[in-house]
Amino acid sequence: MQTPNRDPLPAPTAAAESAPAGSPAQTKEEDHTHGHAHQAVPSDMALRVKSLESLLVEKGIVDRAALDALVDAYEHKIGPRNGARVVARAWTDPAYKQRLLADADRAIAELGFGGQQGEHMVVVENTAAVHNMVVCTLCSCYPWAVLGLPPVWYKSSAYRSRAVIDPRGVLREFGLELAGETEVRVWDSTSEVRYLVLPERPAGTEMLTEDELQLLITRNAMVGVAKVPQGRPGGAA
Amino acid sequence: MNGVHDMGGMHGMGPVQEEKNEPVFHHPWEGRVFAMVAAAGAWRRWNIDASRYAREQIPPAEYLRMSYYEKWYAGLVALLTARGLVTREEIESGKPAPGSSRSTPPLAPQEILESAARRACTKRDVGMPPRFQTGQRVRARNIHPVGHTRLPRYARGKLGAIDRDYGVFVFPDTNAQFLGENPQHVYAVRFSARELWGEQAKPQDAVYLALWDDYLEPA
Repeated sequence: MQTPNRDPLPAPTAAAESAPAGSPAQTKEEDHTHGHAHQAVPSDMALRVKSLESLLVEKGIVDRAALDALVDAYEHKIGPRNGARVVARAWTDPAYKQRLLADADRAIAELGFGGQQGEHMVVVENTAAVHNMVVCTLCSCYPWAVLGLPPVWYKSSAYRSRAVIDPRGVLREFGLELAGETEVRVWDSTSEVRYLVLPERPAGTEMLTEDELQLLITRNAMVGVAKVPQGRPGGAA
Repeated sequence: MNGVHDMGGMHGMGPVQEEKNEPVFHHPWEGRVFAMVAAAGAWRRWNIDASRYAREQIPPAEYLRMSYYEKWYAGLVALLTARGLVTREEIESGKPAPGSSRSTPPLAPQEILESAARRACTKRDVGMPPRFQTGQRVRARNIHPVGHTRLPRYARGKLGAIDRDYGVFVFPDTNAQFLGENPQHVYAVRFSARELWGEQAKPQDAVYLALWDDYLEPA
Protein backbone atom coordinates (compact mmCIF):
# COMPACT_ATOMS: atom_id res chain seq x y z
CA MET A 1 0.00 0.00 0.00
CA GLN A 2 1.39 3.37 -1.03
CA THR A 3 -1.36 5.51 0.51
CA PRO A 4 -0.55 7.55 3.58
CA ASN A 5 -1.66 5.81 6.72
CA ARG A 6 -4.83 7.48 7.96
CA ASP A 7 -5.87 4.54 10.04
CA PRO A 8 -6.73 5.70 13.56
CA LEU A 9 -5.09 2.58 14.95
CA PRO A 10 -1.81 2.26 13.08
CA ALA A 11 -0.29 -1.19 13.01
CA PRO A 12 3.02 -1.56 14.82
CA THR A 13 5.98 -1.33 12.49
CA ALA A 14 8.74 -2.38 14.83
CA ALA A 15 9.12 -5.84 13.25
CA ALA A 16 9.60 -4.42 9.76
CA GLU A 17 12.01 -1.78 11.02
CA SER A 18 14.15 -4.31 12.79
CA ALA A 19 14.50 -6.48 9.70
CA PRO A 20 18.14 -6.48 8.58
CA ALA A 21 18.99 -4.72 5.34
CA GLY A 22 18.69 -7.02 2.37
CA SER A 23 16.42 -9.45 4.19
CA PRO A 24 13.34 -10.66 2.30
CA ALA A 25 11.13 -8.32 4.31
CA GLN A 26 13.26 -5.33 3.46
CA THR A 27 13.37 -6.24 -0.22
CA LYS A 28 9.67 -6.88 -0.43
CA GLU A 29 8.67 -3.68 1.33
CA GLU A 30 11.46 -1.72 -0.38
CA ASP A 31 11.71 1.67 1.29
CA HIS A 32 8.21 1.80 2.74
CA THR A 33 9.18 0.65 6.19
CA HIS A 34 9.91 4.10 7.60
CA GLY A 35 8.35 4.37 11.01
CA HIS A 36 7.44 8.02 10.56
CA ALA A 37 4.80 7.28 7.96
CA HIS A 38 2.94 5.16 10.50
CA GLN A 39 3.07 7.32 13.58
CA ALA A 40 -0.13 8.73 15.03
CA VAL A 41 0.73 12.38 15.60
CA PRO A 42 -1.79 14.11 17.87
CA SER A 43 -1.73 17.35 15.87
CA ASP A 44 -2.90 15.23 12.96
CA MET A 45 -6.35 15.00 14.54
CA ALA A 46 -7.60 18.32 13.20
CA LEU A 47 -6.77 17.20 9.66
CA ARG A 48 -8.24 13.74 10.05
CA VAL A 49 -11.47 15.07 11.51
CA LYS A 50 -11.79 17.71 8.80
CA SER A 51 -11.29 15.04 6.17
CA LEU A 52 -13.90 12.78 7.77
CA GLU A 53 -16.39 15.61 8.07
CA SER A 54 -16.09 16.61 4.42
CA LEU A 55 -16.44 12.94 3.41
CA LEU A 56 -19.57 12.43 5.50
CA VAL A 57 -21.10 15.69 4.27
CA GLU A 58 -20.28 14.91 0.66
CA LYS A 59 -21.80 11.43 0.96
CA GLY A 60 -24.93 12.87 2.57
CA ILE A 61 -24.42 10.94 5.80
CA VAL A 62 -24.44 14.04 7.98
CA ASP A 63 -25.61 17.58 7.45
CA ARG A 64 -23.09 20.30 8.29
CA ALA A 65 -25.87 22.44 9.79
CA ALA A 66 -26.71 19.58 12.16
CA LEU A 67 -23.11 19.42 13.34
CA ASP A 68 -23.09 23.18 13.93
CA ALA A 69 -26.35 22.95 15.88
CA LEU A 70 -25.05 20.10 18.06
CA VAL A 71 -21.80 21.89 18.91
CA ASP A 72 -23.70 25.09 19.67
CA ALA A 73 -26.19 23.30 21.92
CA TYR A 74 -23.51 21.71 24.09
CA GLU A 75 -21.28 24.78 24.13
CA HIS A 76 -24.01 27.27 25.00
CA LYS A 77 -27.30 25.70 26.08
CA ILE A 78 -26.83 22.36 27.81
CA GLY A 79 -24.59 22.66 30.84
CA PRO A 80 -24.38 22.62 34.63
CA ARG A 81 -26.64 25.69 34.93
CA ASN A 82 -29.50 23.31 34.10
CA GLY A 83 -28.63 21.11 37.07
CA ALA A 84 -28.18 24.15 39.30
CA ARG A 85 -31.76 25.19 38.56
CA VAL A 86 -32.99 21.75 39.59
CA VAL A 87 -31.00 21.85 42.84
CA ALA A 88 -32.02 25.41 43.74
CA ARG A 89 -35.67 24.52 43.20
CA ALA A 90 -35.31 21.44 45.41
CA TRP A 91 -33.72 23.55 48.15
CA THR A 92 -36.53 26.10 48.13
CA ASP A 93 -39.59 23.94 47.39
CA PRO A 94 -39.98 20.88 49.65
CA ALA A 95 -42.74 19.39 47.51
CA TYR A 96 -40.52 19.66 44.43
CA LYS A 97 -37.67 18.00 46.31
CA GLN A 98 -39.96 15.10 47.20
CA ARG A 99 -40.99 14.70 43.57
CA LEU A 100 -37.35 14.94 42.47
CA LEU A 101 -36.20 12.16 44.77
CA ALA A 102 -39.20 9.97 43.93
CA ASP A 103 -39.30 10.47 40.13
CA ALA A 104 -36.39 12.53 38.87
CA ASP A 105 -37.27 12.27 35.17
CA ARG A 106 -40.64 13.89 35.69
CA ALA A 107 -39.41 16.52 38.15
CA ILE A 108 -36.51 17.53 35.89
CA ALA A 109 -38.85 17.71 32.91
CA GLU A 110 -41.02 20.15 34.89
CA LEU A 111 -38.18 22.67 34.52
CA GLY A 112 -37.89 21.96 30.81
CA PHE A 113 -34.78 19.78 30.91
CA GLY A 114 -34.25 16.28 29.59
CA GLY A 115 -32.84 14.64 26.55
CA GLN A 116 -29.83 12.64 25.55
CA GLN A 117 -27.85 11.05 28.41
CA GLY A 118 -30.51 12.11 30.86
CA GLU A 119 -33.36 9.86 29.81
CA HIS A 120 -33.38 7.92 33.08
CA MET A 121 -32.32 10.10 35.97
CA VAL A 122 -31.91 9.24 39.62
CA VAL A 123 -31.20 11.97 42.16
CA VAL A 124 -29.27 11.03 45.30
CA GLU A 125 -29.29 13.35 48.29
CA ASN A 126 -26.25 14.36 50.29
CA THR A 127 -26.85 14.90 54.00
CA ALA A 128 -24.74 15.40 57.10
CA ALA A 129 -24.51 11.59 57.39
CA VAL A 130 -24.30 10.42 53.76
CA HIS A 131 -22.06 11.63 50.94
CA ASN A 132 -22.83 10.46 47.40
CA MET A 133 -20.46 10.72 44.45
CA VAL A 134 -20.79 9.59 40.83
CA VAL A 135 -18.34 7.86 38.47
CA CYS A 136 -18.35 5.70 35.36
CA THR A 137 -15.50 3.21 35.67
CA LEU A 138 -16.19 1.55 32.29
CA CYS A 139 -16.40 4.63 30.06
CA SER A 140 -17.51 8.15 30.97
CA CYS A 141 -21.30 8.09 31.39
CA TYR A 142 -22.50 11.42 32.71
CA PRO A 143 -25.89 13.18 32.94
CA TRP A 144 -25.50 15.43 29.89
CA ALA A 145 -29.08 16.71 30.09
CA VAL A 146 -28.48 18.44 33.42
CA LEU A 147 -24.69 18.90 33.56
CA GLY A 148 -23.64 19.13 29.91
CA LEU A 149 -20.59 17.23 28.66
CA PRO A 150 -18.18 15.89 31.29
CA PRO A 151 -14.93 17.65 32.19
CA VAL A 152 -11.62 15.97 31.39
CA TRP A 153 -10.98 14.89 34.99
CA TYR A 154 -14.25 12.93 35.07
CA LYS A 155 -13.14 11.04 31.95
CA SER A 156 -9.57 10.52 33.16
CA SER A 157 -8.11 7.13 33.99
CA ALA A 158 -7.19 8.48 37.43
CA TYR A 159 -10.79 9.29 38.40
CA ARG A 160 -12.32 6.22 36.74
CA SER A 161 -9.89 3.85 38.46
CA ARG A 162 -9.77 5.40 41.91
CA ALA A 163 -13.25 6.74 42.67
CA VAL A 164 -14.53 3.28 43.62
CA ILE A 165 -11.52 2.00 45.60
CA ASP A 166 -10.37 5.25 47.19
CA PRO A 167 -13.25 7.74 47.17
CA ARG A 168 -12.04 9.56 50.28
CA GLY A 169 -8.56 10.01 48.77
CA VAL A 170 -10.07 11.37 45.55
CA LEU A 171 -12.29 13.77 47.49
CA ARG A 172 -9.25 14.96 49.43
CA GLU A 173 -7.60 15.89 46.10
CA PHE A 174 -10.67 18.03 45.40
CA GLY A 175 -10.16 19.68 48.79
CA LEU A 176 -12.98 17.85 50.55
CA GLU A 177 -12.05 16.07 53.78
CA LEU A 178 -15.00 14.00 54.99
CA ALA A 179 -15.56 13.12 58.62
CA GLY A 180 -14.61 9.55 59.47
CA GLU A 181 -18.17 8.64 60.41
CA THR A 182 -19.73 9.90 57.16
CA GLU A 183 -21.05 7.14 54.91
CA VAL A 184 -19.67 7.41 51.37
CA ARG A 185 -21.81 6.02 48.56
CA VAL A 186 -20.17 5.80 45.14
CA TRP A 187 -22.54 5.35 42.20
CA ASP A 188 -20.85 3.57 39.27
CA SER A 189 -22.88 4.46 36.15
CA THR A 190 -22.83 0.99 34.61
CA SER A 191 -26.32 1.22 33.03
CA GLU A 192 -28.26 3.92 31.16
CA VAL A 193 -29.42 5.38 34.48
CA ARG A 194 -27.70 8.72 35.11
CA TYR A 195 -27.14 10.19 38.54
CA LEU A 196 -27.35 13.75 39.84
CA VAL A 197 -26.21 14.53 43.37
CA LEU A 198 -28.47 16.86 45.34
CA PRO A 199 -25.88 18.66 47.48
CA GLU A 200 -26.51 19.90 50.99
CA ARG A 201 -27.75 23.46 51.19
CA PRO A 202 -25.03 25.36 53.04
CA ALA A 203 -25.74 27.08 56.32
CA GLY A 204 -26.18 30.83 56.16
CA THR A 205 -28.11 30.81 52.87
CA GLU A 206 -31.59 31.05 54.38
CA MET A 207 -32.07 34.59 53.08
CA LEU A 208 -31.04 33.86 49.50
CA THR A 209 -33.60 33.58 46.72
CA GLU A 210 -33.78 30.61 44.36
CA ASP A 211 -31.99 32.66 41.68
CA GLU A 212 -29.21 33.62 44.08
CA LEU A 213 -28.84 30.03 45.26
CA GLN A 214 -28.39 28.84 41.68
CA LEU A 215 -25.21 30.89 41.44
CA LEU A 216 -23.67 29.06 44.40
CA ILE A 217 -24.20 25.59 43.01
CA THR A 218 -21.19 24.10 41.24
CA ARG A 219 -20.87 21.25 38.78
CA ASN A 220 -18.49 19.44 41.11
CA ALA A 221 -21.04 19.53 43.92
CA MET A 222 -23.60 17.91 41.62
CA VAL A 223 -21.13 15.11 40.74
CA GLY A 224 -20.41 14.73 44.45
CA VAL A 225 -16.73 15.69 44.55
CA ALA A 226 -17.34 18.95 46.40
CA LYS A 227 -19.75 20.66 48.76
CA VAL A 228 -21.54 23.85 47.86
CA PRO A 229 -19.54 26.74 49.28
CA GLN A 230 -21.13 28.85 51.98
CA GLY A 231 -22.12 32.44 51.54
CA ARG A 232 -23.14 34.80 48.83
CA PRO A 233 -21.38 34.32 45.47
CA GLY A 234 -18.83 37.03 44.94
CA GLY A 235 -20.24 38.84 47.95
CA ALA A 236 -18.57 40.12 51.07
CA ALA A 237 -17.30 37.57 53.52
CA MET B 1 -14.14 -8.20 27.61
CA ASN B 2 -11.51 -7.93 30.30
CA GLY B 3 -10.18 -4.75 28.69
CA VAL B 4 -8.17 -1.82 29.94
CA HIS B 5 -11.37 0.27 29.83
CA ASP B 6 -12.57 -1.68 32.88
CA MET B 7 -10.57 0.53 35.25
CA GLY B 8 -12.38 0.40 38.57
CA GLY B 9 -9.90 -0.33 41.34
CA MET B 10 -6.70 -0.05 39.26
CA HIS B 11 -3.65 1.65 40.73
CA GLY B 12 -0.98 3.78 39.12
CA MET B 13 -3.12 6.24 37.16
CA GLY B 14 -1.92 9.21 39.21
CA PRO B 15 -3.81 12.00 40.98
CA VAL B 16 -7.05 13.47 39.67
CA GLN B 17 -6.19 16.76 38.01
CA GLU B 18 -8.84 19.39 37.60
CA GLU B 19 -8.51 22.11 35.00
CA LYS B 20 -9.88 25.46 36.11
CA ASN B 21 -12.30 27.23 33.75
CA GLU B 22 -12.24 24.27 31.41
CA PRO B 23 -13.85 24.82 27.98
CA VAL B 24 -16.49 22.35 26.72
CA PHE B 25 -14.20 21.47 23.81
CA HIS B 26 -10.44 22.07 23.90
CA HIS B 27 -10.10 22.14 20.11
CA PRO B 28 -12.72 22.75 17.42
CA TRP B 29 -12.16 19.21 16.06
CA GLU B 30 -13.38 17.72 19.35
CA GLY B 31 -16.76 19.38 18.90
CA ARG B 32 -16.93 18.14 15.31
CA VAL B 33 -16.20 14.54 16.38
CA PHE B 34 -18.81 14.76 19.11
CA ALA B 35 -21.39 16.12 16.66
CA MET B 36 -20.54 13.59 13.93
CA VAL B 37 -21.05 10.71 16.37
CA ALA B 38 -24.48 12.10 17.30
CA ALA B 39 -25.50 12.90 13.72
CA ALA B 40 -24.27 9.62 12.19
CA GLY B 41 -26.07 7.78 15.00
CA ALA B 42 -29.36 9.01 13.50
CA TRP B 43 -28.93 6.34 10.76
CA ARG B 44 -29.54 3.74 13.48
CA ARG B 45 -26.96 1.42 11.98
CA TRP B 46 -25.63 0.88 15.48
CA ASN B 47 -26.64 1.52 19.07
CA ILE B 48 -25.06 2.98 22.19
CA ASP B 49 -23.73 -0.40 23.33
CA ALA B 50 -22.09 -1.00 19.95
CA SER B 51 -20.51 2.48 20.21
CA ARG B 52 -19.02 1.65 23.58
CA TYR B 53 -17.85 -1.75 22.36
CA ALA B 54 -16.11 -0.12 19.38
CA ARG B 55 -14.11 2.09 21.74
CA GLU B 56 -13.33 -0.83 24.03
CA GLN B 57 -11.71 -2.63 21.12
CA ILE B 58 -9.07 0.06 20.68
CA PRO B 59 -5.78 -1.72 21.53
CA PRO B 60 -4.96 -1.13 25.22
CA ALA B 61 -1.78 0.93 24.79
CA GLU B 62 -3.58 3.17 22.29
CA TYR B 63 -6.62 3.42 24.55
CA LEU B 64 -4.52 4.72 27.43
CA ARG B 65 -2.62 7.18 25.23
CA MET B 66 -5.63 8.63 23.42
CA SER B 67 -7.73 11.53 24.62
CA TYR B 68 -11.48 11.03 25.03
CA TYR B 69 -12.38 12.49 21.64
CA GLU B 70 -9.57 10.64 19.89
CA LYS B 71 -11.26 7.47 21.15
CA TRP B 72 -14.58 8.75 19.87
CA TYR B 73 -13.01 9.38 16.46
CA ALA B 74 -11.51 5.88 16.35
CA GLY B 75 -14.82 4.34 17.44
CA LEU B 76 -16.77 6.33 14.84
CA VAL B 77 -14.46 5.29 12.00
CA ALA B 78 -14.71 1.65 13.12
CA LEU B 79 -18.53 1.78 13.16
CA LEU B 80 -18.88 3.69 9.88
CA THR B 81 -16.77 1.12 8.08
CA ALA B 82 -18.05 -2.00 9.86
CA ARG B 83 -21.69 -0.99 9.29
CA GLY B 84 -21.25 -0.10 5.65
CA LEU B 85 -21.78 3.66 5.67
CA VAL B 86 -18.30 4.37 4.30
CA THR B 87 -15.38 2.28 3.11
CA ARG B 88 -11.87 2.21 4.52
CA GLU B 89 -10.64 3.59 1.16
CA GLU B 90 -13.00 6.55 1.48
CA ILE B 91 -11.71 7.28 4.98
CA GLU B 92 -8.15 7.19 3.66
CA SER B 93 -8.80 9.39 0.65
CA GLY B 94 -11.37 11.68 2.27
CA LYS B 95 -13.44 11.41 -0.93
CA PRO B 96 -16.53 9.36 -1.82
CA ALA B 97 -15.73 6.36 -4.00
CA PRO B 98 -16.17 7.17 -7.70
CA GLY B 99 -19.72 6.43 -8.80
CA SER B 100 -21.08 6.06 -5.26
CA SER B 101 -24.54 7.47 -4.66
CA ARG B 102 -25.24 10.42 -2.41
CA SER B 103 -27.55 9.85 0.56
CA THR B 104 -29.83 12.23 2.41
CA PRO B 105 -29.37 12.48 6.18
CA PRO B 106 -32.31 10.73 7.86
CA LEU B 107 -33.16 13.66 10.13
CA ALA B 108 -33.21 17.42 9.71
CA PRO B 109 -30.67 19.32 11.85
CA GLN B 110 -33.15 20.41 14.53
CA GLU B 111 -34.68 16.91 14.71
CA ILE B 112 -31.35 15.34 15.59
CA LEU B 113 -31.15 17.14 18.90
CA GLU B 114 -34.86 16.88 19.67
CA SER B 115 -35.13 13.18 19.00
CA ALA B 116 -31.76 12.08 20.38
CA ALA B 117 -33.13 11.00 23.74
CA ARG B 118 -35.99 9.05 22.17
CA ARG B 119 -33.63 7.26 19.79
CA ALA B 120 -31.16 6.48 22.54
CA CYS B 121 -33.77 5.26 25.03
CA THR B 122 -33.04 1.71 26.09
CA LYS B 123 -35.88 1.28 28.60
CA ARG B 124 -38.51 -1.20 27.46
CA ASP B 125 -42.04 -1.21 28.80
CA VAL B 126 -42.54 -4.94 28.74
CA GLY B 127 -44.32 -6.74 31.53
CA MET B 128 -41.51 -8.91 32.74
CA PRO B 129 -41.31 -10.14 36.34
CA PRO B 130 -38.11 -9.18 38.17
CA ARG B 131 -35.89 -12.08 39.22
CA PHE B 132 -34.88 -10.25 42.40
CA GLN B 133 -36.66 -8.20 45.05
CA THR B 134 -35.57 -5.10 46.90
CA GLY B 135 -33.49 -6.07 49.92
CA GLN B 136 -32.57 -9.48 48.53
CA ARG B 137 -28.96 -10.67 48.87
CA VAL B 138 -27.35 -11.37 45.52
CA ARG B 139 -23.96 -12.30 44.13
CA ALA B 140 -22.57 -10.73 40.97
CA ARG B 141 -21.74 -13.68 38.72
CA ASN B 142 -18.12 -14.59 38.14
CA ILE B 143 -18.26 -14.38 34.36
CA HIS B 144 -15.69 -13.17 31.83
CA PRO B 145 -17.44 -12.56 28.52
CA VAL B 146 -15.03 -11.86 25.67
CA GLY B 147 -17.50 -9.39 24.14
CA HIS B 148 -19.08 -6.25 25.57
CA THR B 149 -20.37 -6.32 29.14
CA ARG B 150 -21.31 -3.75 31.79
CA LEU B 151 -20.39 -5.93 34.73
CA PRO B 152 -17.03 -4.55 35.93
CA ARG B 153 -14.36 -7.00 37.04
CA TYR B 154 -14.11 -5.50 40.51
CA ALA B 155 -17.68 -6.59 41.34
CA ARG B 156 -17.60 -10.13 39.91
CA GLY B 157 -18.13 -12.81 42.50
CA LYS B 158 -18.96 -10.23 45.18
CA LEU B 159 -21.97 -10.20 47.47
CA GLY B 160 -24.41 -7.31 47.46
CA ALA B 161 -28.03 -6.43 48.11
CA ILE B 162 -30.75 -5.14 45.80
CA ASP B 163 -31.32 -1.48 46.66
CA ARG B 164 -34.02 -0.79 44.08
CA ASP B 165 -35.40 -1.96 40.74
CA TYR B 166 -34.87 0.52 37.88
CA GLY B 167 -37.18 -1.32 35.46
CA VAL B 168 -36.57 -3.22 32.24
CA PHE B 169 -33.73 -2.24 29.88
CA VAL B 170 -32.00 -3.55 26.78
CA PHE B 171 -29.17 -5.96 27.66
CA PRO B 172 -25.82 -4.49 26.54
CA ASP B 173 -23.97 -7.79 26.09
CA THR B 174 -26.23 -8.90 23.23
CA ASN B 175 -27.24 -5.47 21.94
CA ALA B 176 -23.62 -4.39 21.39
CA GLN B 177 -23.12 -7.25 18.94
CA PHE B 178 -26.54 -6.88 17.23
CA LEU B 179 -27.67 -10.18 18.75
CA GLY B 180 -30.97 -8.82 20.06
CA GLU B 181 -32.21 -6.54 22.81
CA ASN B 182 -32.86 -9.30 25.35
CA PRO B 183 -34.56 -6.83 27.75
CA GLN B 184 -34.39 -7.54 31.49
CA HIS B 185 -34.58 -5.81 34.85
CA VAL B 186 -31.78 -3.53 36.00
CA TYR B 187 -31.25 -3.01 39.72
CA ALA B 188 -29.17 -0.72 41.85
CA VAL B 189 -27.08 -3.20 43.82
CA ARG B 190 -25.32 -2.05 46.96
CA PHE B 191 -21.91 -3.58 47.64
CA SER B 192 -20.18 -2.83 50.88
CA ALA B 193 -16.78 -1.23 50.28
CA ARG B 194 -15.27 -3.91 52.58
CA GLU B 195 -16.74 -6.70 50.43
CA LEU B 196 -15.07 -5.15 47.38
CA TRP B 197 -11.79 -3.88 48.80
CA GLY B 198 -11.25 -5.55 52.15
CA GLU B 199 -10.35 -4.15 55.55
CA GLN B 200 -8.76 -0.97 54.17
CA ALA B 201 -12.25 0.38 53.44
CA LYS B 202 -14.51 2.05 55.99
CA PRO B 203 -17.19 -0.36 57.19
CA GLN B 204 -20.05 2.03 56.37
CA ASP B 205 -18.95 2.92 52.82
CA ALA B 206 -20.52 1.34 49.76
CA VAL B 207 -20.45 1.24 45.97
CA TYR B 208 -23.70 1.01 44.00
CA LEU B 209 -23.71 -0.60 40.57
CA ALA B 210 -26.62 -0.83 38.15
CA LEU B 211 -26.75 -4.49 37.14
CA TRP B 212 -28.96 -6.58 34.86
CA ASP B 213 -30.71 -9.84 35.83
CA ASP B 214 -28.18 -11.91 33.87
CA TYR B 215 -25.28 -10.49 35.91
CA LEU B 216 -26.75 -11.68 39.21
CA GLU B 217 -27.50 -14.88 41.08
CA PRO B 218 -29.27 -15.42 44.41
CA ALA B 219 -26.95 -15.52 47.40
